[in-house]
Amino acid sequence: MAKTRQEVAKQYVSDTDTGYYYCEFFWEGNFLSIDSVSSEDTFPKLLLRNAKKFADRPAMREKDLGIWQTWTWADVLDEVRCLAIGLGELGIKSGDKVAIVGDNRPRLYWTMCALQSLGAVPLPVYQDSVAEEMGYVLAHAEVSAAVVENQEQVDKMLEIGESYDGIKSVIYDDSRGLSKYKVDGLFSFETVQEMGREALKRQGVEADWLAGIEKGSGDDVAIFLYTSGTTGQPKGVVMTMENMVWVARAANRFDNLTEVETVIAYLPMAWVGDHVFSYAQSYEAGYCVSCPESPETVVADRREIGTTYVFAPPRIYENMITQTMVNMEDASDLKKKMFHYFLDVAKSTGEKILDGESVPLKDRLLYMLGEFLVYGPLKNRYGLSKVRVGYTAGEAIGPEIFKFYRSLGINLKQLYGQTEAGVYITNQPDGEIFADTVGKPLDGVEVKIADSGEVMFRSPGVFREYYKNPESTKDTKTEDGWVHSGDAGLFDEHGHLKIIDRAKDVGKMNDGTMFPPKYIENKLKFFPNIKEAVAFGDHRDFVTCFINIDLVAVGSWAERNNVSYASYQELAAHPDVYKMIEENVDAVNRELSGEELVAGAQIKRFLILHKELDPDDGEITRTAKVRRSTINERYGVLIKALFDEGVSSQHIKTEMTFEDGRKGVVEGDVEIRDMTIYPPKGRMQEAAE
Amino acid sequence: MSNEIKPGDVLLDLEDVSLSFGGVKAIRNVGFDIKKGEVRAIIGPNGAGKTSMLNVINGFYHPQEGTITYKGLKRHDMQPYVAASQGIARTFQNVALFRGMSTLDNIMAGRTLKMHKNFFWQMFYYGPARAEEMEHREKVEHVIDFLEIAHLRRTPVGRLPYGLQKRVELARALAMEPELLLLDEPMAGMNLEEKEDMSRFILEVNNEFGTTIALIEHDIGVVMDLSDRVVVLNYGQKLADGTPAEVSSDQAVIDAYLGVAH
Repeated sequence: MAKTRQEVAKQYVSDTDTGYYYCEFFWEGNFLSIDSVSSEDTFPKLLLRNAKKFADRPAMREKDLGIWQTWTWADVLDEVRCLAIGLGELGIKSGDKVAIVGDNRPRLYWTMCALQSLGAVPLPVYQDSVAEEMGYVLAHAEVSAAVVENQEQVDKMLEIGESYDGIKSVIYDDSRGLSKYKVDGLFSFETVQEMGREALKRQGVEADWLAGIEKGSGDDVAIFLYTSGTTGQPKGVVMTMENMVWVARAANRFDNLTEVETVIAYLPMAWVGDHVFSYAQSYEAGYCVSCPESPETVVADRREIGTTYVFAPPRIYENMITQTMVNMEDASDLKKKMFHYFLDVAKSTGEKILDGESVPLKDRLLYMLGEFLVYGPLKNRYGLSKVRVGYTAGEAIGPEIFKFYRSLGINLKQLYGQTEAGVYITNQPDGEIFADTVGKPLDGVEVKIADSGEVMFRSPGVFREYYKNPESTKDTKTEDGWVHSGDAGLFDEHGHLKIIDRAKDVGKMNDGTMFPPKYIENKLKFFPNIKEAVAFGDHRDFVTCFINIDLVAVGSWAERNNVSYASYQELAAHPDVYKMIEENVDAVNRELSGEELVAGAQIKRFLILHKELDPDDGEITRTAKVRRSTINERYGVLIKALFDEGVSSQHIKTEMTFEDGRKGVVEGDVEIRDMTIYPPKGRMQEAAE
Repeated sequence: MSNEIKPGDVLLDLEDVSLSFGGVKAIRNVGFDIKKGEVRAIIGPNGAGKTSMLNVINGFYHPQEGTITYKGLKRHDMQPYVAASQGIARTFQNVALFRGMSTLDNIMAGRTLKMHKNFFWQMFYYGPARAEEMEHREKVEHVIDFLEIAHLRRTPVGRLPYGLQKRVELARALAMEPELLLLDEPMAGMNLEEKEDMSRFILEVNNEFGTTIALIEHDIGVVMDLSDRVVVLNYGQKLADGTPAEVSSDQAVIDAYLGVAH
């Protein structure tokens, strides 16, 4: 090879003005055949292909009345066709935006494809948003119809309709509770499909539909994804067919995902991760997506389905560990001892075995015994026995949590992604897994570190624009297609990307020590008792933090120890709970003291918040990322008290939003605890520099 | 056979019912009716005879005086098995479930009266008995879906929080496919969110299945929102009867609840 691909590409780019050609060049020349791209460059085309190629293979499953129902790709095509033509009869046409609101239901996924086949744009919305929040997105995107799951969402649409009159029709999946609604433009899913079936009897309707799909191209808008956004109002990310199909194809190739995989769709449909994983990649590879019976049954359902590929934010993995640790507390002594003994065995040998390193025979045998007694049953509980590839994404996962799963023999990997990139930017290749890095750029993705330390990327999967927001588009995406990620990072000696933190979050303390809040928070969150943590320390003399206790873990502890409590607030303020958390914070401080860069960022004072951080109050996003500015605003008094060393307790009054949108007030006194700071171990001099 | 009862017709009519335990008169000459398809609330201070009234309706207590007309058939008193087989189901003030059994088994128990294959068939779970069991299971699954308790199927009810136990109890009653559902304080001891869920389920049962509901409840806000008509009892006597608006403006009711200056 005379030149590497990168070099050729660079030259090519310098010859042209825009980066766009570079992408195309890359695409045709290197790793994707021209055929596969030009013939199926949209999802409706992929559906037509799958209905032929995988006609009898399962495409979708849903548990209904306790029994798994299956639709093959041929069935799905039939459902989508009736629905699309029915929607057309309702007046939905090319260019219209249609909101999709609800839990993961097969019909809602079909709606996406049906809309795309008409040239309309699906807009999935976080189903647990309150009407006001949803209204903003719907009005901003100028949606003309909505396909929703149930009565709850229909009610929201009617409420939104009072202030935004663009919604002409609402279609619902589950008719329960809706039989008495007398509203114009309200249709059941069945009715619309029936309209489609009637229309299909007319000459030429189907041919027109197919011709419409044929006319579609990679340039068409595929979907609007509103980012939950840790700052400001949500922004509508416009993704084209080319973006999404490319991303799906690249990701499937990376891990050799084919039609034999099976996944379970349980993450919010509005999250880019779910859209790529449960829709785009499934259509591209032809694999089966299963929808759980209800959000509460996911783990049991996953166990029955035996998924081979999983994708989840760290929160999900954290919760599973918490649940396990809580349940183990109730187990007999023998079981407890066995559990902890073999976890230690796994900790020392599990990852090595997974990575194919050499391990002494004795350890290997011990690990096999552990697999039989502990790891196997545990994986079965989690529904992860058959997992071939698992990803954690969305935000940084605590290294301890990550290692825990890997040591059990689950091939959990990290990836780095963003909505603006259609998720995938870097992935960890098999056998090159490091807990503190997020892997190498995916084939076709370029990543560079800007002078400011910010990670920037460019790929054919990069979004077109923010809808109706040219200013933000300009701020984020450069003329030649590079996107500012907003994260600070660096490449390590293996060529792996390492994300330090949100670029704007990483701060410096007054003595010059680096202060990476997320890093500290993740260490805290490894303890089952701690659900959420928010650390402060930028431009301060020392580090302090807020803590949210985990009601499941601490609640279970309270039950075992006969501690009675009436509310989260009461439990959080309990002296024994404070004592437990104090031990956890102390352990984190000990760990920090051993790490040269952050030894100075040990937690000096902490408090346990009197209420849980909640997306309804805007304190965390719907995908559970901390919104620091909102927290600074709402809890200013507490932060002030944390940094005022004379204060040991502070009164606070906070407004909170209930699930149905009503507001209430919680108030109380919050106690502040002082912690011991350990002298840094090891190379102190370097750390001080 | 009695004629078909249409929504709005009287389903159950109580006339001059009196019930006493030794010298204690729990109910004194009370009469009211329940129309098909309505939500009928029975309210009153503690010891007013509300639960006794439900017990009379489903035949657990036998009144000394008065008549009960159910589906056009006039009786002096009800027998519990007649009540159950004629479509009267109930839940209890203090949850009365089989604590060691799973949610699913508890709800299946609600289908007992509708199972016809004999013990021998059932023992071997074969042929017709198996087909029957599957048919019943499907009905039960509909109820589970309706009350959103799919995640609890295999959980022993003793391990469930109180609010969910109440829901399982409602599920068991619904599994009987009742015509008249008696709910004894369905929301006692629940927090606001649980109360709202339960209210929603009660209204949906009423709307979707057309089930007639008689409920005892202390939360006046809930009663006013849910019920079509309210009967007020005090010291075993009927104090008022009418729509929520009528009842809440009735002076005798206000006096009974708030007390009156003598």
